[in-house]
Amino acid sequence: MRLLHYWRAMWGIIWRELWRFVTQRERFISALVRPLVWLFVFAAGFRAALGLAITPPYETYILYEVYITPGLIGMIQLFNGMQSSLSMVYDREMGSMRILMVCPLPRWFLLLSKLMAGTGVSILQAYVFLAIAWFYDIQAPWQGYLWILPALLLSGLMLGALGLLLSSFIKQLENFAGVMNFVIFPMFFMSTALYPLWKIKESSALLYNLAQYNPFSQAVEMIRFALYGQFNSMAFIYTLVAFVVFMAAAIIGYNPSKGMMTRKGGA
Amino acid sequence: MKNVFVSRNACGGDFSHPLAQWATKVAPTAVFAILSIALVANAQAETVFVTLEKDNALAVVDPIAGKLIRTVEIGQRPRGIIISPDNKFLYVAVSDDDTIKIIDAETLKETGRLPSGEDPETFALNPAGDRLYVSNEDDSLVTVIDIKHKKAVKQIKVGVEPEGITVSPDNLWVASASETTNMVHWIDTKTNAIVENTLVDPRPRALGFTADSRQLWVTSEMAGTLMILDVKTKQLVKTIKFDVQGVTADKIQPVGVVIDKDRKRGYVALGPANRVAVINAQTFEVEKYLLVGQRVWNLAFSPDQKRLYTTNGTSNDISLIDLEAQTVTKSVGVGTYPWGVAVKP
Repeated sequence: MRLLHYWRAMWGIIWRELWRFVTQRERFISALVRPLVWLFVFAAGFRAALGLAITPPYETYILYEVYITPGLIGMIQLFNGMQSSLSMVYDREMGSMRILMVCPLPRWFLLLSKLMAGTGVSILQAYVFLAIAWFYDIQAPWQGYLWILPALLLSGLMLGALGLLLSSFIKQLENFAGVMNFVIFPMFFMSTALYPLWKIKESSALLYNLAQYNPFSQAVEMIRFALYGQFNSMAFIYTLVAFVVFMAAAIIGYNPSKGMMTRKGGA
Repeated sequence: MKNVFVSRNACGGDFSHPLAQWATKVAPTAVFAILSIALVANAQAETVFVTLEKDNALAVVDPIAGKLIRTVEIGQRPRGIIISPDNKFLYVAVSDDDTIKIIDAETLKETGRLPSGEDPETFALNPAGDRLYVSNEDDSLVTVIDIKHKKAVKQIKVGVEPEGITVSPDNLWVASASETTNMVHWIDTKTNAIVENTLVDPRPRALGFTADSRQLWVTSEMAGTLMILDVKTKQLVKTIKFDVQGVTADKIQPVGVVIDKDRKRGYVALGPANRVAVINAQTFEVEKYLLVGQRVWNLAFSPDQKRLYTTNGTSNDISLIDLEAQTVTKSVGVGTYPWGVAVKP
């Protein structure tokens, strides 16, 4: 009975998020337009930019748009994770957070449900993006489209947990611009989403190190390998550890007695 | 209770139960059959030979495993390479040694040399495998070699800087392209004399007949075109201009050309454009450009024509193309300046 109660609560949260996403047609389109602009415009300008080296998981020469596709999937999930955190801040301002938090279930479970909901939305977006890319001649082996699902789940959870953690720090919606400037952009540009590590190493050793240890890079690499039916154990472990750390910190952050909520005067 | 699944062969036990009989009679046969199929499948896996112009060597590649197996010294500056119709010998133009070496395709040991004339680069073998036609670029000659007697039987004067050369599958024609004269010379194989010349686009490089010997496909390096000539009339039927998105026209330098046996598709290596053009051989439309390694030069089909192999001169590798999926599956490093490619079933 108790399990059913948990399930009902999680499903309610996921359903609310999915429903909100589907009904907000502008949000659905804008979530897709961003990576598609990168794919059709940005990548077109850099077609021959990758030069020579063939790096795993690729076994032959690839066009730039093929390279950045997993990076753009990561971008979808990164923005989605942050968007979820934005909605948490909004919920807090509007008071609906209070309703969620007084639900007689553990706080961590409610946060995890919220996270699952956001990740579900991002996976939906990623598959729609991959379908469009397929018609643009960016085609992976069919197994890759299955293998990418668990990878997307983990990377979505990790980036969502980061968003949750950040949202525990943000008091007002207006402060969200800071998240864009200080988190999303550095994380995205200092990663392997747009250029491979060896290319970054050519220009700066510091950037190379930052990119290598950027959890977003590892998530993107995990997605990249999965899309070609391969398992990158290092990227998987790194992403998993990052998820656990971010999630634990977010749970603490949302704890009224210990976390950031007390310091900010509660939800 | 008797265990029906155990055949007690070693203990002299009974085999009366059907399952035990299956285990002792059918299973070994099935295992043998599976092993045989596996061995046959393995035997069907072809070997790819690649000449390495700068390494003075021959690379041996297992294309199914996508691995370089070995590299053997072959002579100074090896370029053109052809396998004999019985797949027993490889002919390799060793340019700086001024000869064409005959190599045993199994042992990779030299078994003889052919008098190719100076600086041999490209050559063609007739379908019977007993005549070799060599382009002698510096002397503006085509040398005809009798392979059995290892003798040059005739030298035919052609245009300036002859390069591409091929023999029609019906063995009626030898077509030779002169780079500077911009001509295709039609040589009658019976008389070994030029009977007609066709003017083509600047710097013709490679030629290939269709399997029915009705068309001759010629690539022009400078114009960036492929010309289709009708063998009967010796006239131009169609010119295809290549245009690769994001690649400047000066980099599109068509070289190697092959056409599949059903004349469904032809493939042209586009040199520094790093692409192989896929052409519909019926409509003459360019269907696709496949990204391969740098300065793609020569092409060869697998025996079943399900794969295509490309030599990529400056990226020092060969690319493997799956022709059913029309995708490049792998690029394998082979050595410095891969030039020619031949495939043994």
